Amino acid sequence: MNIQEYLSIFISSVFIYNVILSRFLGLCPFVAISKNTRQAFAMSAAVTFVITASSVVTWLIYRFLLLPFNLAYLRTLSFVLVIAALVQLIEMVIRKTSPALYRAFGIYLTLITTNCAVLGAAVLNIDMFFVNGRAISGSFYYSLFQGFCMGLGYTLAMLIMSGIRERLELCNVPKPLRDFPLAFIIASVLSLSFMGFSGFKF
Amino acid sequence: MEILIAVLVLGSLGFLFGIGLAVASKKFNVQVDPKLEQLQHLLPGSNCGACGNPGCFGFAESLLSGKSAVNGCRVCSDEVKEKIAGIMGLALEKQTKKIATLHCNGGLRVKDKYIYNGISDCVAANLVLGGQKACVFACLGFGTCQKACPFGAISMSAEGLPVVDKVKCRSCNKCVLACPKKLFSLVSVSFSVYVACSSHDMGRDVKAVCPVGCIACKLCEKACKFDAIHVIDNLAVIDYHKCTSCKECVKVCPSKTIRIRE
Repeated sequence: MNIQEYLSIFISSVFIYNVILSRFLGLCPFVAISKNTRQAFAMSAAVTFVITASSVVTWLIYRFLLLPFNLAYLRTLSFVLVIAALVQLIEMVIRKTSPALYRAFGIYLTLITTNCAVLGAAVLNIDMFFVNGRAISGSFYYSLFQGFCMGLGYTLAMLIMSGIRERLELCNVPKPLRDFPLAFIIASVLSLSFMGFSGFKF
Repeated sequence: MEILIAVLVLGSLGFLFGIGLAVASKKFNVQVDPKLEQLQHLLPGSNCGACGNPGCFGFAESLLSGKSAVNGCRVCSDEVKEKIAGIMGLALEKQTKKIATLHCNGGLRVKDKYIYNGISDCVAANLVLGGQKACVFACLGFGTCQKACPFGAISMSAEGLPVVDKVKCRSCNKCVLACPKKLFSLVSVSFSVYVACSSHDMGRDVKAVCPVGCIACKLCEKACKFDAIHVIDNLAVIDYHKCTSCKECVKVCPSKTIRIRE
């Protein structure tokens, strides 16, 4: 256990390399479902849940299946397979065990199957916590924690965006800019401000 | 050899997941009432919420659990209600169709008390001294009801008043709730007479700002043979339990406030 490592993972994946605003992953729900804070929160909760779970499973698949057989180049393909199956399974289990949670997640849980943020998190974990085809010490827990923190970063970005857009509903916005054009402008400004965490590199 | 291993590993991975999911779908199978799907196909799908449930799916669920009446959906047509009753195995009570009716006929004829330059929305305008119209009961004419109508049944006329399309209106109650002046009510199609004013002001004050408002002269009260219309708080009110649509009140009304619906 290394507190410093965990703290740096937390700060870098929530703020500095925020999954939406710095890495530009999972942008479609960021624009499409950020009109309303409640929906945005349901989506973020579902994403956080799935990213965490898929971080664990993809790590296991990579470490115990792909590496021993020298198949690291099949990483993306097999991760897509794993995530799709995992989300389906989770949906079935939740539907059976907790109808209330199922209703709260609603349609978002299934939509996440094709969300690039989930695949991105899995690939980043592998890139960061495997060196020369070997897992670094504590790699499994780092992956788990980083997946969860990326989910938190996702939630943060979604909540900021939906809060701003809810307020803008009350403003007199010129007609050509209403809805999506304005959302893109806000997203760019937000993204610029998040780049302040890492600084510009030329 | 290399390729063979790759194919085997990925193939077996996919195969295992396939089997796993098949087993899971059997194990975690949730029984869904086949009626639910049938009902969902019949319901309009506009998710207007007039039935008091969250959307059409919510209404279908509460129908099945017995919480809602068979004719609870105000939007769907009589034939569809018939079919819903058939699926549920219950008898249907007939209801006449109701149409949203605006109880104001002022529009541009009502004098303004100031020039409003804010957000083009009745709710917003109403926050500023009760709107720009000199009559505090008058329609502000920014079309909040038009925006609220999920069926496109309300359009704004040249006189600055909302006009309800009789055919398109599905009596969902949205405009009744959206109007900050509470000018809409649902009136059954079988009655053709309505009072196009909501002002409780004295006749003199009404006359000063609006040529078509109710001045509480009580002529309609005297003309009605069925005791169906009364002036209450300076405003004529029709009792639709007694009204026979004989149109006597329409003939005597001096400011043409009592109108026949087109």
